[in-house]
Order: sequence, then structure tokens, then C-alpha cells
Amino acid sequence: MRQIIWLLFRREWQLAWRHPGALLNPLIFFAIVITLFPLAVGPEPQLLQRMASGVIWVAALLATLLSLDGLFRSDFEDGSLEQWVLSPHPLALLVLVKVLHHWLMCGLLLVLLAPVLGLMLALPWSVIPTLCISLLLGTAVLSLLGAIGAALTVGLKGSGSMLLALLILPLYIPVLILGTGAMDAALQGLPVQGYLLWLGCLALLALSLAPLAIAAGLRIGVSE
Amino acid sequence: MSWTFFHKLGSPKWFYGISGKLLPWLTAASVLLLTVGCVWGLVFAPEDYQQGNSFRIIYIHVPAAILAQSCYLMLAVAGIVGLVWRMKLADVALQCAAPIGASMTFLALITGAIWGKPTWGTYWQWDARLTSMLILLFLYLGIIALRMAISNRDTAAKATAVMAIVGVVNIPIIKYSVDWWNTLHQPATFTITEKPAMPPEMWLPLLVMVLGFYCMFALNLLLRMRLEVLRREHKARWVREILEKSS
Amino acid sequence: MSNLPEFLAMGGHGVYVWSAYGITATVLVLMFLPPVFGKRHLVQAEARRRRREEV
Repeated sequence: MRQIIWLLFRREWQLAWRHPGALLNPLIFFAIVITLFPLAVGPEPQLLQRMASGVIWVAALLATLLSLDGLFRSDFEDGSLEQWVLSPHPLALLVLVKVLHHWLMCGLLLVLLAPVLGLMLALPWSVIPTLCISLLLGTAVLSLLGAIGAALTVGLKGSGSMLLALLILPLYIPVLILGTGAMDAALQGLPVQGYLLWLGCLALLALSLAPLAIAAGLRIGVSE
Repeated sequence: MSWTFFHKLGSPKWFYGISGKLLPWLTAASVLLLTVGCVWGLVFAPEDYQQGNSFRIIYIHVPAAILAQSCYLMLAVAGIVGLVWRMKLADVALQCAAPIGASMTFLALITGAIWGKPTWGTYWQWDARLTSMLILLFLYLGIIALRMAISNRDTAAKATAVMAIVGVVNIPIIKYSVDWWNTLHQPATFTITEKPAMPPEMWLPLLVMVLGFYCMFALNLLLRMRLEVLRREHKARWVREILEKSS
Repeated sequence: MSNLPEFLAMGGHGVYVWSAYGITATVLVLMFLPPVFGKRHLVQAEARRRRREEV
């Protein structure tokens, strides 16, 4: 079992590095969207600082969502998805490996870029650790939930990504509320452990339940 | 316990027959309850101490909101039944109930907004209940959009069933986090429904309206399901006979 | 209820109350249109199909 997990992970890794440009796309999108806001509302630091956590989180949501759209598509098209469904190994586990890989290639990178962008939005240094930890936990939930949508829309041609956004963004709202809540508390100097623990709870919940839904979605998409 | 009843439930023809018998009763009940409720609420219920006559909007806002939430629950149950027992009728129910639920949510939002103007001074306020209702509307629209996007009927059925179940699991989480978000940003909120206990002269008509809305929902759902069943089984002889008789 | 104009005015909140009830009534009526017209459409389609087969 462990070998399969490792093999699968290695496969995803190698596939990802064949198109290294694609790995940068969510990061660039993240940065551009965040840059749009000072352009839209003016560069005054007070205003930017008030908006910063919201802007960063919404940009992270959108970047993750867009990068999830094609998560299963190439596997669907070349038939490997069918092999996964038919294989004796639990589909939920295989799916978990795939989503974990996505999180490492997208969410983790966003977390690494976020401090720079946060400072550009006039966030003080003191809140950057909170930003990073909350984003780390939050993007895990985002990858897991978003993969459910990606699995359900895997067979659709064309309008997939907009529909994916429509389906998944409402489910992202609790993560958004908790993440920005943690940031607001940090900005006011209040303790943030509570928020981070709640984010952790959501992450655990998503970790245990989402793979089942993703597997169900993939089975439906493949059986067509 | 008769499992035969449960299996009969899977037969579209049996469903069509029995729902036909229910229709006149449901129509009568809906019309009666809604009329009585409206008249009672608009005319005979006493004016509210704080909100004056605008509180009468409660008699449509609350039933619509209750229905919006119950309907989603029903969608999830239909989804589970359809996935686990492969009952086609459960999928028909899911397909037909989604637009009704979306309309109820829409109504709850509009009446809530209209009620907000005399109460809070603005048409829209991001309070916990209205915001949760708005998110619920998006969940409904997502299910409807997913259904329309997938061309294969069986695939669409299963996909929307999964989506409904995922949604229902998330609804308490969303509700809780929106409630909490609201307390963070608006320490002093007025809730639309009165916190102090309403006297019976005020909540009795509300009860009647809620029952009336439920009956009307059932009526509309059965009508839509019957039509969908006719459409799906249009090649069957019993359908042709029914259609011929109706023309 | 003794005074109709007073009833309609609803103590100044008439606009809100009646627009809310009016919109609700409209939406409820609109909700019943698809099943009713859909059935009629289906019946007509079936009649047309029958006529075509008789030919």
C-alpha cells in the first residue's frame, strides 16, 4: 500500500515538472489579483491594511479554484482515471495522494509568496506568521473541497471552470471567514490560537470526508 | 414492515396514480390554509409594538425561509436514496424540487430585504440570516447549473445527488461560521423575528401560513414530478393512454 | 378593518407590506406555470405524433 502511494506521488511529481510553467500560473494569478486592489482603491496604507487579509484570502481562494479545474482532466482523457477506479486499491486513498500533491504544488507555494504580498499591502510583520499558518491550513481545505467539484465536473468540456467556481465557492466561505477572522484578531493583537485550531478542525474534517466524495464523483464521471 | 411499499415507490406508474389521488386534497388544503393565513395575518393579527404593520411580512418571509431550508434537506435525502437504492423517482424528486427551493430562497431574500427597509432603514444588511440565505441560494443555483451542464441523464442525476449531499453536510458549518462572522462585525444586531415570545394571536397565523406553504410546496413538487415522469416514460403505453385521454 | 384606506396604508408601511405580498403571489403563480403548460405541451406533442403515425 505504501509503495503505491509513493509511486503515485512520484508520478504526479514528474508529470507536474514536465510543465514547470504551469506551476507558476497560480502564483502569478495570486500576485496579479492582489495587485489589482491597490490600483482599484488607491495606495493609502491605512485602507490597504484594513483590506489586506480579505484581499489575500479571496485571491488565494480564486487561485486555488482555477488551478483545480484540470486536476483530473488529463487523467480522464488518457484513460488512467478508469484504471484508478478499477484498481484494487481504495480510490479514496489514491485521490488523497493526488490532492496532497496539488496542495504542495499550489497551496504551499501560495503560502510562501503570501508574506511578500502581505507586506506590500501594509500588513505589519507581527501578523505574517498568522497569515502563513492560516493559509497553510486553509489551502489544504480548499484543495480538498475543490477536488470534489473537479471530480464532479471532470467529464464536462468547455464551461467547466466557471461551473466549478459556482459549485465550490459557497463551500469555501467558512474557510474564508475563519482565515480572515484569524488575521483580524492578529491585527488587533488578540490571541489567534482559537481560530487556527478551528481551521485545523476543518482541515481534519475535510481530510477524512472529502476523499469519499471525490471518489464518488470520479466513479460517476468515469462510468458515463 | 412492507418493503413492497418501498419497492412500489420505485415504479413511476404507481407514483403517477397515487399522486393523482392526492392532488385535489393538496390543492384544497393549500388554498384554504394560505387564504386563512393571509387574511388572519394581514387583518386580524395585532400590530407589532416596535415595528408597526410592516411586521406582517413575517407571514411570508418565515414560511419561505423554512421551506427553503427544508427543501434542501429533502434534496439531500433524495440524493442519498437515489444513490444508495438507485431509485429513479428519487432523482425525479431531486430534479423537480431544486427550482422550487431556489424560488423559496429568492422569496425569503426579497421579503427579507423589503422588511429591512422600514425596520433597519436599508434594503440590504449583511446580517447572519440574510447572508446564510444568500449562500443557500448559491448552493441551489449550483445544483441546477450542474444538472443542466451534464447531458447524460443518469450521470447528471448521480452528480447532483453527490453535490446535494456535500452541500447539506456543509450547511451547518456555513451557518455556524456566518453567525460567528456576524457577531464579529456587528455587535448589536436586530433579528427580524421577535426575540421575546410572540403572543398566540401573532404566531398562530404564522403556523397556518407555514403549513399552507408546505402544502403548496408538495402540490407544486408533485405536479412537476408527474410531468417529468410522463416525459421520461413517454414511450410507455400507459403514458400514451394518459396523454391521449387528456387531449 | 373598518376603514379600507387605512387598511391599505398599513400605518405608513403599506408600500412594503403590499409589495412583499404582491411579489410572493407573483412568484407562487409563476411557479405553477411550468408544470401546467408543460403538460399541455406534452399532450399536444403526443397528438401530433399520433397523427403522423396514422398517415
